[in-house]
Amino acid sequence: MRAHRAINLWLGAALVLPMIAIAAISLIWTPYDVTLLDVGNKFAPPSPSHWLGTDQLGRDVASLLMSASVNSLTVAFVAVGMGGSLGVMLGLLASAFGGWVETLVMRLADLGFAFPALLFAIMLATAFGPSLSNAILAIAFINIPVFARVARGAANQVWTRDFVLAGQAAGLGRARLTFDHILPNIAAPIIVQATIEFAVAILAEAALSYLGLGAQPPLPSWGRMLSEAQTLMYLAPELAIYPGLCIIIAVLGFGLLGDGLRDVTDPRLKQVRA
Amino acid sequence: MSALLDIRGVTRRYPQPRRHLLHPEPPLVAVNDVSARIAPGETLGIVGESGSGKTTLARMVMGFETPDEGQVLFDGEDLHDLSAAALRQRRRAFQMIFQDPYGSLDPRRSVGWSVAQPLRAIGQTSNRRAVEDVLHRVGLDPADGNRFPHEFSGGQRQRIAIARAIASRPKLIVADEAVSALDVSVRAQILNLLMDLQEEFGLAMLFISHDLSVVASLCDSLLVLRGGRTVEHGPAQDILAAPATEYTATLLAAARLDPPTGVPA
Repeated sequence: MRAHRAINLWLGAALVLPMIAIAAISLIWTPYDVTLLDVGNKFAPPSPSHWLGTDQLGRDVASLLMSASVNSLTVAFVAVGMGGSLGVMLGLLASAFGGWVETLVMRLADLGFAFPALLFAIMLATAFGPSLSNAILAIAFINIPVFARVARGAANQVWTRDFVLAGQAAGLGRARLTFDHILPNIAAPIIVQATIEFAVAILAEAALSYLGLGAQPPLPSWGRMLSEAQTLMYLAPELAIYPGLCIIIAVLGFGLLGDGLRDVTDPRLKQVRA
Repeated sequence: MSALLDIRGVTRRYPQPRRHLLHPEPPLVAVNDVSARIAPGETLGIVGESGSGKTTLARMVMGFETPDEGQVLFDGEDLHDLSAAALRQRRRAFQMIFQDPYGSLDPRRSVGWSVAQPLRAIGQTSNRRAVEDVLHRVGLDPADGNRFPHEFSGGQRQRIAIARAIASRPKLIVADEAVSALDVSVRAQILNLLMDLQEEFGLAMLFISHDLSVVASLCDSLLVLRGGRTVEHGPAQDILAAPATEYTATLLAAARLDPPTGVPA
């Protein structure tokens, strides 16, 4: 393997793994309760008791950021998981049956691509009220066509391989061939795509929360921290910088990780291994 | 003697992309009105240069493709007239060995899993013994079933592919350039194995090759194809001894230029 040469992979992992660890820790422990208001101590500078100071309501910023990371990762995981599995299923279906089924699925995917995610989220928020679950649905929705396209493209390649013909010669039907041969052999590009989409989903969640269409108070969220800090930009610019940095690190980390995984697994870049 | 496989005047055309706005491109006729019969236990060799329609013919015999005209009868049944479910049931009786031993085994599945696939397809789920037997029969270690294809050489992989092909006890094996990708030394071993298995199980074989020297020792009858049409068809000995066309003579001469393949007479 060439994993040791994939700098992206290691850089991405170095950014992502600490973030996941911090999110996990915050589930059981944060320095302060994120709902604890201490208005007498607002805009406190960083200190041993408040590592990153406090915000306009005297809440501990470090605790808020930690807690918000769980929110971001969960939203991204659930949304990419839902949209991804549905998209992969559709892509496999299109590839297995071909003909008008394939045309229909792929034209629907084109339709999905043409639909801006933000618009869809605003639509959902208008119809059902702004909430985190509606934000998840919106992000999941935009992921369906992405994964459908990737899965169908990769699956079409696998269908031409001799071992699939051998399976067909053994008397297996399309469904069985799909689960026995196609799915295991498209796992690599799907995982790569999922990692990249993870970064996109984190950014989308931050954007939706920034617009008030995602996480609702008092649930901490990087995007909302950013929008709340906006009005205080001249008073306390650091309140916008911290969540902004978190978003950058998360998006960059997962983006690099995805690119790195692609470098390692892409057959076009892989040396022939005898 | 009644034929196991009866190919009756099959034709297969592939539509070609239009090159001119007003005149549709005539379809490419890959196989043009070809007929042949194989009796149980007999071997038919199909030879021809690349693009002569050998593989298309094999794909039609395997039921992967439907002929535009003509029929493929296996055991008296028209394969392309059967329902999809019925065809899947019949498939255990005719299996295929592919040219590329690197592409015909799923790299993500163990060897045992691949060999057992035709058995699972016919509902035999506890088949550990059967897999070990058949691996042993093709000259591999029965314990190899737990290993993965990338751990084996080309020749060993072709043995695995043969093991898979004979696992369901077929009556016919279609071998599409089954030894062309192998080293000359390994080639002879694999050909010997095929001949042994053929004798042991009474297999009929459809043996496709561009190389007459490979086919010569193995086949009872020969079908020479060129551009999808039958050039010569008859007993192998007659054709090899006295080729009736220049094309066959050229193929034969090309085969003789090759270094000896070590195929036993």
